[in-house]
Amino acid sequence: MAEHFVKVYTRFNRIWHWSQVVSIMLLFFTGARMLGLHQLGPFGLAVTVHTLVALALLLLWAFATFWLFTTGGWRQFIPRLTGMVKVARFYAFGVFKGEEHPYHKTFDRRHNPLQALAYFALKMALFPAIWISGLLYLSYNLWGANDAQAFWLGLVANIHVLAAFAIAAFVVAHVYLLTIGHGFREHVRPMLTGYDRVDLTPEAEAYLAQKGLLKD
Amino acid sequence: MKHAFMRTAVLVSAVVLGAGAALAQESPATNETEVGAQSRPAPGALAAHMSDPVKELTADHTKFEILKGPFASGPEVTAACLSCHTEASNQVMHSVHWKWEYENPATGQVLGKAKELNAFCGNVASNETRCTSCHTGYDWVDVRQPMPDDPTKVDCLVCHDTSGQYAKQDNLAGNPPLEPVKDGSKTITGAKATPVDLVKAALSVGEPSRQNCGNCHFYGGGGDNVKHGDLSSALFDPPKAVDVHMSKDGANFTCEACHVSDKHVLAGSRYNTDVVDPHAAERKPGEARDVASCTSCHSDAPHTGPNPVLALKLNDHTDRVACQTCHIPEFARGGVATKTWWDWSTAGKLKEGKSYGEENFIQSDGKHLHTYLSTKGDFQWAENVVPYYAWSNGVMSYTLPETQINPTQIVEINAIGGEPGDKDARIFPFKRMGGKQAYDTERNVLLYNHVYGPGDGAALWSHFDWEKSLKFAMDYVGLEYSGKFDFVETYMYWPITHMVAPKDDALKCDSCHAENGRMANVAGIYVPGGGIGIGGKLGLVVFLMALLGVAGHGVLRLFGRKGGHHG
Repeated sequence: MAEHFVKVYTRFNRIWHWSQVVSIMLLFFTGARMLGLHQLGPFGLAVTVHTLVALALLLLWAFATFWLFTTGGWRQFIPRLTGMVKVARFYAFGVFKGEEHPYHKTFDRRHNPLQALAYFALKMALFPAIWISGLLYLSYNLWGANDAQAFWLGLVANIHVLAAFAIAAFVVAHVYLLTIGHGFREHVRPMLTGYDRVDLTPEAEAYLAQKGLLKD
Repeated sequence: MKHAFMRTAVLVSAVVLGAGAALAQESPATNETEVGAQSRPAPGALAAHMSDPVKELTADHTKFEILKGPFASGPEVTAACLSCHTEASNQVMHSVHWKWEYENPATGQVLGKAKELNAFCGNVASNETRCTSCHTGYDWVDVRQPMPDDPTKVDCLVCHDTSGQYAKQDNLAGNPPLEPVKDGSKTITGAKATPVDLVKAALSVGEPSRQNCGNCHFYGGGGDNVKHGDLSSALFDPPKAVDVHMSKDGANFTCEACHVSDKHVLAGSRYNTDVVDPHAAERKPGEARDVASCTSCHSDAPHTGPNPVLALKLNDHTDRVACQTCHIPEFARGGVATKTWWDWSTAGKLKEGKSYGEENFIQSDGKHLHTYLSTKGDFQWAENVVPYYAWSNGVMSYTLPETQINPTQIVEINAIGGEPGDKDARIFPFKRMGGKQAYDTERNVLLYNHVYGPGDGAALWSHFDWEKSLKFAMDYVGLEYSGKFDFVETYMYWPITHMVAPKDDALKCDSCHAENGRMANVAGIYVPGGGIGIGGKLGLVVFLMALLGVAGHGVLRLFGRKGGHHG
């Protein structure tokens, strides 16, 4: 096994990621405007941007899901227990003593076990919660006719807001964790260039070299 | 045989015709008195020729001899009108304008000015010749009895005069000021009364304008905009910013553009308001409508901008929020204030034995308005008023004269019907009139007052004695009165539906979608932005915990000085 610069993030992967960054930030900003956390810009503009960006993001998610399943990329996101304790122990203790991160990326497992679990929770719980509640919120007039006391609307709205804050909490942890290990820049660069340092078996090395996915 | 029959028929006809002609010649005088002291023009003599200018209406009333008078009274003019419009008075006499009585089909309550109590002057009964000065008839001096079935007592001119000089005096039971006018007399708009030219008025008749309706309806409660809040003299000729429908720069609507009439009965009611038009969708294009609601013309999905997303979202509101709620951001606009508080309990104070007044409210045009009158008590006024919002299906339930009240609470003179989320209810804007009114402390019912009645020794406005006023009024209407009275605080709700603002002046989203927004006290709705709610609070906790967590983690890393940085 040796470390190599490998193209781990395809163009679509990177576009997917940064589009999500931009849209989720816009959604946070406009959502906070509607929730009354700030007064920057008109409420109506916030509604418009929030709605359009959310629909665009949903479309992107539909493409991404298709892409993940057709490329087999979905396997990256299935959590497993192997190494979990080590990684957890690292974040809880080792990191303060300057220990090395115990996890080494491989080509088909670029997330450490804790990371994979977090992404899995995000994709399976928080994202569905936000977009199902969001779509229900948006389409209230199609189903809310008999919701005389607005109970269901209130429920949907509260779930939507709670899920949004949970995603915001994820973003905080996500960005913070970039500062651990090789450093913030080192962590962000692969998502810009597509290339990251990954342990490769000689077979994988040969295969990726043939495919032109190795940089050195 | 056949010839003989024909001959007989012709002979008989000739005899009959001859006799008819002879009769007509014998009695020209009878004909003349019937038609009004003029000779009847030959058939076709008045007809316009092709060379004449084309007129709007098929009858030019200035050509009618019968309308050239002379007239000694309003009823004489009406009699002239009725000589052609034989059914007009009958139609009017079947309207609320005439009867001042309305049986609400939704509640069964018998309402109308002749029956109900309000939060302004209180009641018509026992104050007739003053209150009935706005009646669409002449000489209603006792509202305990319906108006007599007399077609000539209908006041055609009050609605149809276009000369602009016809007016009703404010204390003559609906009659106009005629020679000689008593010094100091006023019309129902508070203007100086001058003798009305009935002939000029009769020759001018046409369709009612805002001027006609406004002379009564803009001055309800005894002064300009006192009662409604959204009906003031500002609407005679409003700028577009005050009313898009009635402005010359807007639609320049007359009142009947919305209050469509059928047989002299006009659509629209504040007892049973058309909050929604239930049949708008079933109506074919151009088909007549008889409901005075916004959606009758605009549909319930009228928004097309400012962008497709917002247009959809705005249209999403129309099943819960009445158009008026956003499109009449404030009432009493256009420089005329409305009365918002009337405290009768302080009436009767005198200075050196004389009645007096204070004028401590200054209207935007600099005019001083009375804030105290010995005759009426204390007042508050307001301009550009934010409405009171409530779910309404348009049905008002009144506290009627014999309804038991709870004097420890504010008494609602009329309670707004409709539950949150009802299909036929919307969140609707109201003027909420406040004040204090007399009630019977033993029987817990509201009391009639007697305020106007010169010379009868009991009227409040002459004698400033509540005991006498209330006793007289309750005796007059024949209701029991313990003799003990006090004053109870009351609310009265007036639907706000006029003074629709240009769309750019409609409420902005965050007028409601904000903490303590306009819908803050309305039940049965969830207003995004109205507060962060339980989801927001929990979410903030989660978010802050994440922030604290990473901050703590980061501090510990720095504290360890060894960090994770090495690359």
